[in-house]
Amino acid sequence: MTLLQTPPDSAAPPVHSTATRRSLTDVVSRVLYVRPKLRVTALLLLPMLWLGVLYIGSLALLFITAFWTTDSFTSKVIPAFTLENFAEILTQPAYQATALRTIGIALAVTLVCMSLALPLGLYMAKVASPRMRAVLAIGITLPLWAGYLVKVFSWRITFSAGGPLDWLLAPLGMTGPGYGTAALIITLSYLWFPYMAVPVYSAFRQIPDNLLDASSDLGARSWATVRTVAIPLLKPAFIAGSIFTFSLSLGDYIAAQFVGGKTQVIGTVIASNINLNPPLAAAFGIVPILVVVLYLFLARKTGALKAL
Amino acid sequence: MRLSAPAKITLRVFAFLVMAAIYLPLLLVIANSFNATTSGAFPIQEFTTKWWVAAMHNEGVREALWTSIKVASVATAISLVLGSMVAFALSRYEFFGKNTVNLLVVLPIALPGIVTGVALNNTFKTVLEPLGIGLGLFSVIVGHATFSIVMVFNNVQARMGRMNRGLEEAAMDMGANVFKTFFQVTFPGFRSAFIAGGLLAFALSFDEIVVTTFTAAPGTETLPIWIFNNMSRPNQAPVVNVIAAVLILASMIPVYLSQRLTGDDKK
Repeated sequence: MTLLQTPPDSAAPPVHSTATRRSLTDVVSRVLYVRPKLRVTALLLLPMLWLGVLYIGSLALLFITAFWTTDSFTSKVIPAFTLENFAEILTQPAYQATALRTIGIALAVTLVCMSLALPLGLYMAKVASPRMRAVLAIGITLPLWAGYLVKVFSWRITFSAGGPLDWLLAPLGMTGPGYGTAALIITLSYLWFPYMAVPVYSAFRQIPDNLLDASSDLGARSWATVRTVAIPLLKPAFIAGSIFTFSLSLGDYIAAQFVGGKTQVIGTVIASNINLNPPLAAAFGIVPILVVVLYLFLARKTGALKAL
Repeated sequence: MRLSAPAKITLRVFAFLVMAAIYLPLLLVIANSFNATTSGAFPIQEFTTKWWVAAMHNEGVREALWTSIKVASVATAISLVLGSMVAFALSRYEFFGKNTVNLLVVLPIALPGIVTGVALNNTFKTVLEPLGIGLGLFSVIVGHATFSIVMVFNNVQARMGRMNRGLEEAAMDMGANVFKTFFQVTFPGFRSAFIAGGLLAFALSFDEIVVTTFTAAPGTETLPIWIFNNMSRPNQAPVVNVIAAVLILASMIPVYLSQRLTGDDKK
């Protein structure tokens, strides 16, 4: 707002513009010009109608719907306040198990991504040649665009019975895990790995070499240096990455459907209820929102979000 | 950092293994699209290009592809306009509720896609359907635009922060009105960020499946929905393979373009 506080006196219209155009756009321009508040309002009106009314309105309506009920014969939603849906989610052991299992899978995926990103980041930032570093940096981000379903599909092929993994492990007398929770965790880790690897790598690059050297000079071995010097400095990057790996895993149900075997996750429950019992689906949809909000709150408490 | 030689070798091998794990499955899909048997048995015994021919003549795929292009184009156009507007407002003005607006833009990608999907599904069915706007192409576009706005916003806002505002001041001093200044001075300044954001939005929409399954009516089939519906059908598996292979190869295009666009800006 420091800019352009005094309207220029020389606001003469361009010579070639016609008289009518000049009067209309220049009048509007002049009004906007002297009233910055009007300009902000004009800029924010459409985006706020979309995000503030449509999107937030939808989330609010979802919350309200969660307290409604369904006619069990016609599947029609009946707008009457009830806590039935939440009671069902909280008391049915199957639903509880599904929610806990999904949170567990999301945490496992986050841990897998972290434990892969740490040594990879160390190698890229502190060992690899600049050329190799550039190749690897592109290498980890490129698959982001290869298509979600394509990647799920590629792991579906990999884990299929008699598929590549079984073939590869056959000489060792082993077989792959087949479709199930293990395959699901591996697939989700694969899908979201770049979201963890990129921030961890860039944080690693920002650690000055002499800090790590000093640790070695003081007699710390490689692992001790990583553990006591690097990891604390990488914490914000790990937390930032974990928000993505955790939240994306929590909401996924397509991968679960294709490589998860019989593994039920929050998403599958929502998807199977969305047409038959929308209020129950809505109530179950509140679960990932609460978990993510809690996760963000905890991440914020560590102060890691400010460092982003 | 002084690492022992064995530690360095271990790290190098580890990095190599991670890269192999990232790319082998994708190469596998491409190889498998030439696999003559439909069972998907491994290793591949006989190579063929017949599935590629079959995929090219597949009516369903072509229709789904066209739907995807339409949806992604409109969703991108909407997110370009709305994303730039918010970016402009947030980077140039101080106003009450600024942080809330910022949060609002980011929220659709911070929350799991399934939440956006269920919420919009619910709104369309309970509020908009009685008004005559049921689930269909429109609702899919609405869903996609909602989470694509942030892509444009991020790119444009980052650029606007670095732009020389003296140029705009100069344009106005010389008599250009607000609109003329915007189109001839401000917009060219952030055009490449705008295009890069648009590409990301397009790619994101083109690939989106979770929000789409919840916002599409049974007859609306985008390419990911087509793949999703045909992935478990054994007789369609070879065609799905080919489509997946094509998508892997096509994904290099937006990456290449956005690399070039952002690369140009650094000069």
